[in-house]
Amino acid sequence: MSIAEELAKKQKEISVAEFFERNKQILGFDNLTRALITCVKEAVDNALDACEEGGILPDILVEIKEIKEDEYRIVVEDNGPGIVRSQIPNVFARLLYGSRFHTLRQARGQQGIGISAVVLYSQLTTGKPAVVTSKIGEGFPAHKLEVFIDTKRNLPNVVKEEMIHWEKKSGTRIEVFVRGKYIKNRKQSVYEYLRSTAIVDPHAFITLIEPDGNKIVFERATNEMPPLPKEINPHPHGIEIGMLLRMLKETNARKISTFLANEFSSVSMQKAKEILSKAGISEDARPNEITLEEAKNLIEAFRQTKFLPPPTNCLSPIGEELIRKGLRKETQMLSPEFIAVNTRSPSVFSGTPFMVETGIVYGGNLPAEERVEILRFANRVPLLYQEGGCVITEAIKNIDWRRYGLEQKGGKGLPYGPAIILVHVASVNVPFTSEAKEAIANIDEIEKEIKLSLQECARKMKIHLSKKEKKKRAKDKFILVAKVLPEIAKKSANMLSKSIPDVSKIITKIMNIIWIEDEVITKNGNVESRVYITNYKNKPYSFTIYLEAPKERIISVSPPPVEIRDRVVKWEIKDIKPTEKVELSLALRGDEFENNIYVGKIDPINVIGAEKWEGEE
Amino acid sequence: MNAQENLKKIVEKIYNDMINTKIPSVELPARIKSNIIFDEKYRVWRYGNEKSLRSAVSLAGAVSLLRMLYTIEFINQMIEQRKSSTLREMYYISEGWGEAKFESQDESDKLAEDLEILASALREDFKLRPEEDGASIIGDIVIEEVTRKGERKRIHCQDDVGDSGYSIPYNVEKDKIKFIETGANKIIAIETGGMFDRLIENGFDERSNSILIHLKGQPARSTRRLIKRMNEELNLPVIVFTDGDPWSYRIYASIAYGAIKTAHISEYLATPSAQFLGVTPSDILAYDLPSDKLTEEDINALNAELTDPRFQDDFWREEIKLQLEINKKSEQQALAKYGLDYVTDVYLPEKMAGMGYEV
Repeated sequence: MSIAEELAKKQKEISVAEFFERNKQILGFDNLTRALITCVKEAVDNALDACEEGGILPDILVEIKEIKEDEYRIVVEDNGPGIVRSQIPNVFARLLYGSRFHTLRQARGQQGIGISAVVLYSQLTTGKPAVVTSKIGEGFPAHKLEVFIDTKRNLPNVVKEEMIHWEKKSGTRIEVFVRGKYIKNRKQSVYEYLRSTAIVDPHAFITLIEPDGNKIVFERATNEMPPLPKEINPHPHGIEIGMLLRMLKETNARKISTFLANEFSSVSMQKAKEILSKAGISEDARPNEITLEEAKNLIEAFRQTKFLPPPTNCLSPIGEELIRKGLRKETQMLSPEFIAVNTRSPSVFSGTPFMVETGIVYGGNLPAEERVEILRFANRVPLLYQEGGCVITEAIKNIDWRRYGLEQKGGKGLPYGPAIILVHVASVNVPFTSEAKEAIANIDEIEKEIKLSLQECARKMKIHLSKKEKKKRAKDKFILVAKVLPEIAKKSANMLSKSIPDVSKIITKIMNIIWIEDEVITKNGNVESRVYITNYKNKPYSFTIYLEAPKERIISVSPPPVEIRDRVVKWEIKDIKPTEKVELSLALRGDEFENNIYVGKIDPINVIGAEKWEGEE
Repeated sequence: MNAQENLKKIVEKIYNDMINTKIPSVELPARIKSNIIFDEKYRVWRYGNEKSLRSAVSLAGAVSLLRMLYTIEFINQMIEQRKSSTLREMYYISEGWGEAKFESQDESDKLAEDLEILASALREDFKLRPEEDGASIIGDIVIEEVTRKGERKRIHCQDDVGDSGYSIPYNVEKDKIKFIETGANKIIAIETGGMFDRLIENGFDERSNSILIHLKGQPARSTRRLIKRMNEELNLPVIVFTDGDPWSYRIYASIAYGAIKTAHISEYLATPSAQFLGVTPSDILAYDLPSDKLTEEDINALNAELTDPRFQDDFWREEIKLQLEINKKSEQQALAKYGLDYVTDVYLPEKMAGMGYEV
């Protein structure tokens, strides 16, 4: 018997209940508040995964009811593809049972502990079974099972079973009774978990019914499903000895060379041979006869060999557009002034593909004096605990935010200001710091990608802020010449009982600028961008105005431009006289628009409200 | 009236700029720390030659000019109607001034000071008074004050007042207050109320033939002005008696040399001949006074004083260095360690003897 087998035998001897008791904390059940959140989280994660695998837009109901003090009934119901009768007991009432154990693909749940740990927690704290109802499609009956976990043998125990009629087309519903505590208005709460979930899953429709009867609906922002990630084989640089031994034991390959070439990504037959010669193993050796010593040599040979990076289509990023939609939807009531998003291309740490996506929400009613809110996600699952020990927090701390317009003491540490920072790390194997999966380990490659991505968002934020600052200065000048200066003239004249002086020439002197003001008006789902140009110089000017706009969205332009290019509309302004005004306007489809105005054929020093045109004239 | 005429000149400057199609502006001494210089001749602090321009070329500058016009108009009204207002009242009145409205009282206080500089006049001439009450004096002096009803009233500051003394009004100029006669031969200015009361209870004003003035911490303008007038007109020397910490030394400095905030009127307010009596760091050692450790702010303040030209003489340099060395500060009332009468029976007579006064 191999060592691994002996180890496996020993492991079985620990009873599941004992395992749970010992690992309560890392599994997320260490206090009443957190236990309740974990129960909801595990059930909702499963529901979302199931819907996505079934290609169904998720419609999820979460209902929490207080039964007595510190005891709650939690119901989570989805419209997913359902679970066949024979698998229900295993999925819900058996630990470490899962379909995803041996393949690598980005998914919310990975170890097969989550939902069965919830069932176990319920049975240990209230003594009540979990009630699971599932229906796999129209024309099928729904199965309703009451299950316990036989904690000694880690096997399901079905205590009651019936077939019922269920209106739903298909779906799964789980009902558990647990000891817990429901808390509102806190970062770590069921509400916050679902809000965060709704941000990164804008295709989901989630209803929460709180214990006090309050109903909260997280609307769907898109009907587009995220692409289903592909399964991939492990990459030789990402594998550890235990996994290799298990793969060797379970493979159907008869030769070690074919095993390597077929069951690893980025390994060709030629590479396999190269590895085997380095490891001193015959190409024809049978995988199940490989000794521990030989396996170790294999791992070492992997380390010494160069491979192509693993394929990255196994990842399921949310995508810039959907992150924007999700953030916009869930921050609506704060009416933020700006949202920036960024998706990095996939990258690799020790053979494991991963990618980073970020977003920054700025301004509006966000509190200006407080620490920024951080929303952390791993494979679309919100991380609510252990913020301090997470690479996401670390990366944020190591960016000099002052450069980008947020406050930060000494250019290090968490920034302050009216902002929300979102970071999503997607990977086939997210390196969590513990089984509770609440913090991502400090891997250099991941930290670097997070920083690069956030800096990209922060740059966009900075541009927005400087534009805003410039606008404010322009606005100030406007108040000055339109209101304050005429009042100074009137007031001083009155006090001296003299006639009011003419200030128009002083106004041109004070402004001494071509002044460009703009606004974006939203109506009926479309936008109209308007640009107002006033010559406050003391002689006539001619120049070119460029306004960024995607050609395909343009409805109308006035006055007629000289040219409409792919992304820009070009006007010639001819001989605009002192104090004369010109108005330009542009109607566009869609409600997403921010003005970017440029000037050409004029020294930009003479212009407020537009940048220098750097493209072709 | 002089103040009113000077204010009018400011309005004319702004108006004429516009008539001449110039961007209206007003020039002021720069009110920044680096533009404060020590006037060796008068031994007071004044503004230097750096100028700052309030110009309508920026919104802030234009609003500042507009506020100036409104404030001048308001001051003119008060002078004509023989009324006065507090700085705080003016701040609230500006609510109705549209674009010229003040955002905070700090701004309106500053503008009042700007106008003092521009019109070479005192805030008192503008009928603007501070809201804090003046300090108290007790001693052998007869003051004639013009009351609200316009009557002249003579007050003997020992016989005609209660235990809290005579309250100094905000305006102490000659048209309001005159000194009739005094039998005292010096002034003792005291930082804290507790010590002021102790000295009165022990009859120290009579025994030492002094006028006692309670400063109430950093003294108000009218208190400093009254001390200066008594010093000059009655030829009374001034002794300052405070706690033994860096903040108290600044109280002394503001009486003797002037303060940065009021550098434009230092010659009205400062009494360069005022002497510091104590509590000094040497006293802490000599009298073995109960003390506290210096805080970080105390240490920073002491170090700042080492580079402050107001403290650039041997006495202050040595005392400040000593204090940093012993890391201690004491309050005036620490002298009570030796009993309630110790301060009047032993400490003050000893210290004043060192200055040449016999008690």
